[in-house]
Amino acid sequence: MSTPPAVVRRKIAVESLSHAFEIDGRTVPVLTDVTIDVAEGEFLAIVGPSGCGKSTLLNIVSGLFPPSVGRVTVDGVPVQGINPRIGYMFARDALLPWRTSLANVAFGLELHGESPAGREAKARDLLRLTGLAGFERSYPSQLSQGMRQRVSLARTLATGPDLLLMDEPFGALDAQTKLVLEEEFLRIWERDRKTVIFVTHDLFEAIAMADRVAVFSARPGRIKSVVAIDLPRPRSVTAGRFGPRFQELYDRLWDDLRYEVVAAR
Amino acid sequence: MLRTNLWRLAVLLVFAGAWEGTTRGDLINPFWVSNPSRIVADLWKAFASGSVFLHIGITLYEAFLGFVTGAVAGILAGFALARWDGLSRVLDPYVTALNSLPRVALAPLFILWFGIGVTSKAILAFSLVVFILLVNTYAGAKNVDQDLVIIARLLGANRRQLTAKVILPSSIPWIFAGLRLGLAYALIGAVVGEVIVATAGLGFLISHAAGVFNTTGVFSALIILMVIAMLLNELMKVTERKLLRWRPKIPGI
Repeated sequence: MSTPPAVVRRKIAVESLSHAFEIDGRTVPVLTDVTIDVAEGEFLAIVGPSGCGKSTLLNIVSGLFPPSVGRVTVDGVPVQGINPRIGYMFARDALLPWRTSLANVAFGLELHGESPAGREAKARDLLRLTGLAGFERSYPSQLSQGMRQRVSLARTLATGPDLLLMDEPFGALDAQTKLVLEEEFLRIWERDRKTVIFVTHDLFEAIAMADRVAVFSARPGRIKSVVAIDLPRPRSVTAGRFGPRFQELYDRLWDDLRYEVVAAR
Repeated sequence: MLRTNLWRLAVLLVFAGAWEGTTRGDLINPFWVSNPSRIVADLWKAFASGSVFLHIGITLYEAFLGFVTGAVAGILAGFALARWDGLSRVLDPYVTALNSLPRVALAPLFILWFGIGVTSKAILAFSLVVFILLVNTYAGAKNVDQDLVIIARLLGANRRQLTAKVILPSSIPWIFAGLRLGLAYALIGAVVGEVIVATAGLGFLISHAAGVFNTTGVFSALIILMVIAMLLNELMKVTERKLLRWRPKIPGI
């Protein structure tokens, strides 16, 4: 499993994409001329200072709204409206508070018209996979932040998406819980290698998990550099962290990123 | 809890004792304010003879009719306005205007149109309840957490599913707050209508007793109304707790 597939197929193509928001009648550019491809089965991490348009890029890829300029294709098809083959996860768990864990995980399947028995079985499996067996009947208000984010991950995986967009999915967690969830997500991801775009503030997280890391500039965001992470897989989020190669990659990326973080202030 | 209840009982006893004491002597003439012992005797007589049940039944029936029709219409209208922006833009000034009209002032008109029987009171109750539910449902539907809406859309929810599975459930606490308030107002509508003109009902008892200077009768009817309102409110709270099990427990609610 440590070698990438022989034939690399292009999953996502972002072509000369720019975007601006209208805020109080002013035009605020958030992305300028972003071009990047993501291969099938690739784990791409995006790091950049706050407000650099990382989330906007994910929103555009997911089809929530079209870009001002440019084009995005998924599987060669231009994005037009929301694509249910995409799984999207936020830093906020965004669980429906009136649904149990089980019903939250089953929500997407329910919307797609899956039978009650089928969706319950799938939801149970996923809760087991994310370490929440025994909490099927708990409401979000009865769970810790970390557990809620596990439910959210299970919900994202439930509809069987082949592309995952993750917007700082572990950003709101405490440091230890975050490590545990990163480790588990990596384990789940390495089993079936879905294509992932993973937005984060955390450079450690990006290097530990991704195949490539793209550094975004301060707003309006553009791609400053893309660095391939050639650490061997399967990886461990914690174990590789103090190796010399990790350090090299970290220094290189931090050099690029630090400049932008300072510029953003 | 027992302590609290004992104190509550003490408050009641002190109040009733003061009332009784001042009206037993020459301080205050019970002709104007009655007193607890007369009221208890009057209530006892009314319930023992069964004569009061008809009036309770009529008032409850009117309030119930107005409450149910008003709640259904208000909830539906609230959702319609929340989900169709064009509709709410056009109707907004009219809703505001009607809502600021003191609807109790419409009672004479309703009685003129619908007679002195049950219908005019039910319609008065309806007119009070419908706006409370409309405003609350609208606010609830508009205040839905946008994260939930986005995630549901990303998971593939269409418009109808979004309404039924996200916006409706997240508005339930707001709707319940409206229902509790609406229930009290339904009772107000029924009683006010009866006070103006009626042939039966607790409001009729009040205005009839006051007309013949029977303050004891007025207080008896008021106490029955108070107990009914409190019981209905408790019933609503229990239902709400059952339906909203998912909410985190907030002390004091």
